[in-house]
Amino acid sequence: MTGVASFWSIRGHLGNSAYLALAAAGFTTFLAAWWMLAASGLVDPVFLPTPDGVVRRLAMWAREGDLLTDLKVSIGRVLGGFTLAAVMAVPLGIYIGSFRPVQAFFEPLMEFARYLPAVAFVPLVMLWVGIGESAKIALIWIGTYFQMVLMVSDNVRQVPMTQIEAAQTLGASRGEILSLVVFKSALPGIVDTLRITLGWAWTYLVVAELVAANSGLGYAILRAQRFLQTDKIFVGILLIGLLGLVMDQGLRLLHRRAFPWLHTR
Amino acid sequence: MTAPAPCIRIAGLGKTYPGQSLPALQAIDLDVAQGEFLALVGASGCGKSTLLRLIAGLEAPTSGGIWLDDAPVTGPGPERAVVFQDYSLYPWLTVLENVRFCRSLRVHTGNASDSQAASAVERSYALLDVMGLDAVRDHYPNQLSGGMRQRVAIARALMAQPRVLLMDEPFGALDAQTREVMHELILRLFEIERSTIVFVTHDVEEAVYLASRVVVLAPHPGRVDGVHTLSLPPPGERHPDLKLAPELLQWKKTVLERIRATSGVQHDLDKLNRLAELSRRRTPT
Repeated sequence: MTGVASFWSIRGHLGNSAYLALAAAGFTTFLAAWWMLAASGLVDPVFLPTPDGVVRRLAMWAREGDLLTDLKVSIGRVLGGFTLAAVMAVPLGIYIGSFRPVQAFFEPLMEFARYLPAVAFVPLVMLWVGIGESAKIALIWIGTYFQMVLMVSDNVRQVPMTQIEAAQTLGASRGEILSLVVFKSALPGIVDTLRITLGWAWTYLVVAELVAANSGLGYAILRAQRFLQTDKIFVGILLIGLLGLVMDQGLRLLHRRAFPWLHTR
Repeated sequence: MTAPAPCIRIAGLGKTYPGQSLPALQAIDLDVAQGEFLALVGASGCGKSTLLRLIAGLEAPTSGGIWLDDAPVTGPGPERAVVFQDYSLYPWLTVLENVRFCRSLRVHTGNASDSQAASAVERSYALLDVMGLDAVRDHYPNQLSGGMRQRVAIARALMAQPRVLLMDEPFGALDAQTREVMHELILRLFEIERSTIVFVTHDVEEAVYLASRVVVLAPHPGRVDGVHTLSLPPPGERHPDLKLAPELLQWKKTVLERIRATSGVQHDLDKLNRLAELSRRRTPT
């Protein structure tokens, strides 16, 4: 009785095993519904392949096709564009969040820039840097950089003023406050920001590969569409989802490892 | 008898925040003697915390000035450490690392010799010991109770060996029992360290029990109402029993009356009495 009560109490408690069981049940329900719909014959397989058909296609793609190359190319592009954006965004975000004049100079500009539709930059990017690797990286950068700057500056502004003042009254210089207090204090939030923007980087990768590429998962999806290989489209979409999930969990794990104080009680 | 040389001299100090017509503080003149335990009390809005922040150099005055050992205060510095009400510890550092935080700053290590560094390490352990933090030195702040966190904050401030320790309602967030313990701890530390303490509190009993002098500030605008030199044993020799002793209660009464007289409290109490009178008249039984 108490178990049921805590199950359904608002913000109640749920054990680890129960959580995992429910998460597995969620995936299973989704797969079962998909499989039943596909197997029922109500939908043409050209529109909706069966789950096992998708798995077979994955095996075939891996065995006979260039799945591994496509994967490597796509992951490389995401990490390239994302890393470039992060390396440029984190320092600027820290300065915007710490110094009012820097904020005044950059923040309105960034707020404007983040509303520029990244997808609409595709023709411009092709004009400027061609259709090589740099085009994909540029598009991912455009899609993530401005948001990242604003979110990091927000992470920095969350640092409690008394943490900064305590350092000042212990004799810390401005540089020491930035590196020993502001950066350290904001770091868990910054890692969360990177985790969230990494998801967007995947979105812009696919956009870039759909429009101008001859390799990668997005390109494979586009080509599969031309040959009506619906199952291959499914494989591509699911793989991207899975890769995103793995990277997300990786960053979560890093969060736990790197910031033990947030996870101890 | 010559008075001890003032450690902090405050003269003609005023502070008006931009956009406000009434000054937060006006024409404050106050000397704090070397080795003194001074408490600042007053009704809310009297500017006691503002005054402490000005001494800390976290705010700039709009008129007058503050001098520490004859050098004007122009900003925060390691000779004036602050203990805040919300502890303001660094959650990513362990207790020991928090206490030693100042040792990562150039001001303290810039031209320190090996023996100075070694004695700093020793001092950090001694502080942990005095504070009763030995057992939790590798814990993170969020694993500690409020009282323990405030001990870490005090140890971190003392680690810098400040000339003056500024405490801004340091025990305001603690429960009554923990506060009692912290009173004894701070009195013992005051005796050991022989530092100068300026202590802001809204708790009058706390002020008269800890301090050797109590400054009552009056609000709107913040100004000094009076300075009370307590005829009590020196802070280092005080004992919890003193909290119930008639002489302490007398001082508590004196200070409380001044706070009531300088704030809206008396006015509010009178209004309540009139209300009670009215309701008595309406229900004649």
